[in-house]
Amino acid sequence: MVEMRGISKRFPGVVANDRVDLDVASGSIHALLGENGAGKSTLMHILSGLYRPDSGTIKVEDRTVSFGSPLDAIRTGVGMVHQHFMLVETQTVAENVVLGDRRLGFRMDPSAIRDTVAELGLESGLEIDPDALIWQLSVGERQRVEIVKMLHRGARLLILDEPTAVLTPQEADTLFDRMRGMAQAGRTLLFISHKLNEVMELAETVTVMRQGRVVDTVPKAQVSHRELVRMMVGSPVLFDVTVPPVQQGRKLLSLRSLRVENDRGQTAVDNLSLDLHQREILGVAGVAGNGQRELAEAITGLRKLQAGTIELDEFDVTGSNQRRMIDLGISWVPQDRQHTGTAPNLSIQENFDLKHYRSARRGPFLDRVGQSRRAVALLAKYRVAAAGRHQPVRLLSGGNLQKVILARELSTELRVLVAESPTRGLDVGAIQNVHELLMEQRSRGVAILLLSEDLQEVLSLSDRVAVIHSGRIMGILPRARAEADTIGMLMAGVVPEDMTT
Amino acid sequence: MTGSTASGTMPSGRLRLRLEARDQPGLLTHVAVSLLLLVAALLLAGVVMMVAGGNPLDVYRSMFGAGFGSKWGLNDTLVKMVPLTLASLGVALAFRMKMWNIGAEGQLLMGALAASGIALFAVPPDMPQWLALGLMAAAGAAGGAVWGIVPGWLRAQFGVNEIISTLMLNYVALSIVQFFVYGPWGERGFGLTPMFERNTWLPRLTEFADQWSALRGLTLHLGILAVPVAIVFLAILLNRTKFGFEIAMVGDNPDAARYAGVRLRRTMIIVMALSGALAGLAGMNEVSGVVHRLLEHISPGYGYTAIIVAWLGRFNPLAVAVVAFLFGGLIVGADEIQSAGISSLLQGVILFVMVSGNLLIRYRIRLRAPEMLE
Repeated sequence: MVEMRGISKRFPGVVANDRVDLDVASGSIHALLGENGAGKSTLMHILSGLYRPDSGTIKVEDRTVSFGSPLDAIRTGVGMVHQHFMLVETQTVAENVVLGDRRLGFRMDPSAIRDTVAELGLESGLEIDPDALIWQLSVGERQRVEIVKMLHRGARLLILDEPTAVLTPQEADTLFDRMRGMAQAGRTLLFISHKLNEVMELAETVTVMRQGRVVDTVPKAQVSHRELVRMMVGSPVLFDVTVPPVQQGRKLLSLRSLRVENDRGQTAVDNLSLDLHQREILGVAGVAGNGQRELAEAITGLRKLQAGTIELDEFDVTGSNQRRMIDLGISWVPQDRQHTGTAPNLSIQENFDLKHYRSARRGPFLDRVGQSRRAVALLAKYRVAAAGRHQPVRLLSGGNLQKVILARELSTELRVLVAESPTRGLDVGAIQNVHELLMEQRSRGVAILLLSEDLQEVLSLSDRVAVIHSGRIMGILPRARAEADTIGMLMAGVVPEDMTT
Repeated sequence: MTGSTASGTMPSGRLRLRLEARDQPGLLTHVAVSLLLLVAALLLAGVVMMVAGGNPLDVYRSMFGAGFGSKWGLNDTLVKMVPLTLASLGVALAFRMKMWNIGAEGQLLMGALAASGIALFAVPPDMPQWLALGLMAAAGAAGGAVWGIVPGWLRAQFGVNEIISTLMLNYVALSIVQFFVYGPWGERGFGLTPMFERNTWLPRLTEFADQWSALRGLTLHLGILAVPVAIVFLAILLNRTKFGFEIAMVGDNPDAARYAGVRLRRTMIIVMALSGALAGLAGMNEVSGVVHRLLEHISPGYGYTAIIVAWLGRFNPLAVAVVAFLFGGLIVGADEIQSAGISSLLQGVILFVMVSGNLLIRYRIRLRAPEMLE
């Protein structure tokens, strides 16, 4: 069905796809497996016409194609269902299905459209009421609409980008059934995933990608969980970090049976318990979207707990708000530097002071002299490359922005540091710098919770590694026993046979 | 990424306009661009006047003369400036936090209503003037504050869009005022209350004519003193206090503010209360300093003009006051030439030009020959 040869695509600073070959057989279910940033989505965006490859050729059903837009792709029979749905909430299912369909003239025949949509749904097993309004539908139903939309436009190859990411387990099961049905009916399905279980359950062929390249394409029947994980994570080269031996201190932060919901009201952190000690870095490894953000927000007081308790130094702080958690010495380096960690149009000095301003002992007034003195000192100490302390932080590079955040979070009397992907997107020098700062805090007695998708980083820095999957801790391994492939399997939601937890 | 590909594939062969971002627009840029836009607005409005058969130069000359050309004109301009400045500062405060309070008109009316209630029913004729005025000012501020807190609370608690709620509350406030002036507080169905007692009047300059004869006949009242006080108060609040810093944070990035421990809801409600209180004080000024009674048309739309003034002053207290002074003159000048539409025409055109020209502050326009694009 599809033959991709030598596909390369670079974005500023990264090679997303590096001479990738991919063959997909007609009527098969093919999985594209890999960690975040492995290049799966880029490759599929190229196949579905959203990006143009820098080099390489694509053949669909033995004809060489060159897609200028998703419209070209769908005309050839390639359609993609994105992770984020593109539906008009206030219109009906039928209207959404035909929306943007160029075959439609100026006049529409609503009842004919309804019939076609209903028929298509029946045929593919994706029954859906054509008159229902989108906003009334569940996420799973909306996904069906997206699929039917692609089928309606004649997709013979259907690409699904992490189709189960937004679904409940029951919805996912139904989707798998329907996907098998569509494959039997002769359509080809290509889905992106980083979940081992669903790949093993559904796919006939698996292509594993890592760092922009294809590691291998194998029939599922001939491969085991463990082999797939090895291909996915490779053998990570650890960062060159000196981890000074320290005497671990007393228990500082204790999370007991936490349950936290995400913005959609689904359980994101499920009965999670962790202990964090002084002078310890506890790495939490996991694929993005498995509850890390919600966990960080719960600890720092930004997100409400549905159940469970948080103790700080044997003191119950459950239900405290963000302000109180800050006062209690919980620092937080959030993953989203621009949208959570900084106020982009405020100056470097003001961003240094985003939390600290409250501690000025001047009644309702700011301590402006102290502020500028502090800003000068922090700029020098953290070697922020900037035009001066009055420069708005939106003009800073990613590395320097992170330095501003770290300077702020580490310059207080902190006891616990929650660091979310602290080096994501930074260059090698900046990464080194951040790692040294974390180590320095560890030596000073701070308890650090390091949430990161970067296995290499977690393994290099952590005293213990906890693996999170679907909001649960799959296992906790001491540094000495934290092997990349064991952790990789746990990240994918599989407990290895030789591990008892 | 899309931008660069677009410019790469554009057909070349002629000069093209390009927008380039300025890093940090300075004060000079702000002032220069504002003046440029003001001139553009006057030209544009002038075209409309010419189409209507007038001579824009004559119109502008007589308007300017009426507003700023004499002691009497200046007096009237300053009288208009008082409520305009107070209401505009209130609006600017809320806008700083990106709370789009367009309900200054309603807040002003509720302030006028509350102050009138005090004047009519709580002030015996022998009460000292300072006490009567103090009570009225407090009531005016409180009346406006309540009218700000309601939409503020709705927004904070339920996410109700404050643009809609503040706008709607303007009409509610007007209806309430109408009810009182035609109903229980009214006099013979003319839509006004009886005249207040003398001790509730803000003293006018003409009352000091015995000492300084030059003040004779000047209607400017002591409410003008509220202008510098309010400017200084707001400037300190915004630039020197912890609360002001929180407003700046929320205005720039509410998520970061929440992350930093700012109590968003509380901040929103307080800001709306202060914003409403300033507009309410404007209402108190009008009943106590100008007409000495409550009437249906106590405000010729000060609350709406305040939105324009706050925007043009770029939410900076001192700049807002300067713009309010100019707009005071505009209102006086428009009254002078007796053409009802001119004032709103000019206000509308100025706002339109300023808002659409706003990008000139953040970007500069470059003319580029296609060859240079390489």
